[in-house]
Amino acid sequence: MNVLTTFLNAFPGNISQGLIWGIMAIGVYITYKILDFPDLTVDGSIGTGGAVAVVLILNGVPVWLALVAAFAAGCLAGLITGLLNTLLGIPGILAGILTQIALYSVNLAILGGSNKSISVDKFPLLLSSRRVAVSGGFAMFGWEVGKCLIIVALLIAALYWFFGTEYGFTIRATGCNSNMSRAQGINTKKSTVIALVLSNGLVGLAGGFLAQYQGFADVNMGRGAIVIGLAAVIIGEVLGSAILGKRFNFVARLSFTAVGAIIYFIVLQIVMLTGLPSTYNKLFSAVVVAVFLAVPYIRKSLKTSYGRAAKSSAKKGESRNA
Amino acid sequence: MLELIDVKKTFNVGTINEKKALDGVSIKLDEGDFVTIIGGNGAGKSTTLNAIAGVWPIDSGAIIINGQNVAGLPEHKRAKFIGRVFQDPMTGTAATMEIQENLALAKRRGNPRGLRWGITRAEREEYHELLKTLDLGLEDRMTSKVGLLSGGQRQALTLLMATLKKPDILLLDEHTAALDPKTAAKVLELSDKIIEENRLTAMMVTHNMSAAIKHGNRLIMMNSGRIIYDVKGEEKKNLTVDMLLEKFEQASGSALSNDRMLLSKHDNI
Repeated sequence: MNVLTTFLNAFPGNISQGLIWGIMAIGVYITYKILDFPDLTVDGSIGTGGAVAVVLILNGVPVWLALVAAFAAGCLAGLITGLLNTLLGIPGILAGILTQIALYSVNLAILGGSNKSISVDKFPLLLSSRRVAVSGGFAMFGWEVGKCLIIVALLIAALYWFFGTEYGFTIRATGCNSNMSRAQGINTKKSTVIALVLSNGLVGLAGGFLAQYQGFADVNMGRGAIVIGLAAVIIGEVLGSAILGKRFNFVARLSFTAVGAIIYFIVLQIVMLTGLPSTYNKLFSAVVVAVFLAVPYIRKSLKTSYGRAAKSSAKKGESRNA
Repeated sequence: MLELIDVKKTFNVGTINEKKALDGVSIKLDEGDFVTIIGGNGAGKSTTLNAIAGVWPIDSGAIIINGQNVAGLPEHKRAKFIGRVFQDPMTGTAATMEIQENLALAKRRGNPRGLRWGITRAEREEYHELLKTLDLGLEDRMTSKVGLLSGGQRQALTLLMATLKKPDILLLDEHTAALDPKTAAKVLELSDKIIEENRLTAMMVTHNMSAAIKHGNRLIMMNSGRIIYDVKGEEKKNLTVDMLLEKFEQASGSALSNDRMLLSKHDNI
């Protein structure tokens, strides 16, 4: 009974947290799914977004402007990964790792230490887990979650528009077939950079929201972010294609990515309620991603495998000998 | 229209795999020329088309399209002048995008792209009519992903995309080689029709000697990165496969070393 109450109490928090991480996951969707680029910059750029937002708000900058700056800082991080890849020929995965490591120092410098807290009592923060946790009643829960929902919906609408434009088309084409794209006059280096900039901009923005929500920015807040992002993308995809089938269109894909993030946090909550210490969070993330990536492969090999072929051909052989 | 002046390209310079791929290729095409290119393995047929398209920079020489030397332009900038169809049907289209979206990408070849819609309603109607001319029923599947199409359908679509915005030069790189004979014949026929209707200047690499004789108004033969035989008009029309084989031995001093070409010696497509 006690466990159930804890779970239900944590529910709105999980949803808002899931939606904030969902913004980050949508950023990951752009690189991982649309551009086909495994971008590890995000572990750094989410922290950069958080650090920039917190430091600016502490210095009296309006919250909305601080969020714009968090987005811009993320864009800059993506730009660096993009240039390392396209201008200097460094493989994508390595380019992301280099930026991510460099950002660790940058984030420390921005924060002026390993973390910095910001109180919702002193600053007009847009989101705060305190409002969810403090006994503000269910209405307060609802509004905090509602704000997150509105933000995510606006971002999905903006991305739907962008990927329907000529620029958006060039990014989709580049991710699908770069030879064809160049033959059609698309500068594939440019579209790669634009996609990385946009993706990390969203991740930086998510960092800005997250830092407000949790009341602090921490140099380690992005550690393993890519794995949470991938988990959300993959859970969303498995779920979305199961529910919607052929009608699993672009808007649905982005929406289900956010849903994937929510599910991730709810499942994480359930696992924590079993008494597993929070030290195991990251281990859990890795296991979730591994399982979701492995399931389609295992399902396929259950239907057809050399083992099965051996069995059925052995049967055939017996009947012939008989 | 198109002129190549002493174009040279060596791959893997300074390594054990060094290969002189183009050894001074010069050719001048007149407007409306449809040139077929044949030659042995590694003769430089596809390499010539890739040099024109700008897949990599050439070492020396000039590539002139419409009076402009394009040798210094990267591939995506040269695309403005050039329509291309590749050997592998997977190469010419974006599999995860819709048929109509692929056409919309091709429609904007050579134009600056911005934040306007990637495809408009007027375009959808235009593509619907255009796809009808292929007679493959694709006009009813415009929102299908291209990945669902067969190789032949994809090549037909690529051909349409390459010529949707009239190119100054159309490059066909063994574009029927990966298709079954019946589909190959159909795609070749379609190529002929499109080239004729739009009065395009085109180059077609093929391993099929009868096809090389039957199609186009000019034929060139390559060997070791050079053009060794160039024939057009009446003389080309009167060629036979045996004459081509003989020419090859005369000009190169060795027998033709293209297995696929020899195997297709008596194909009549």
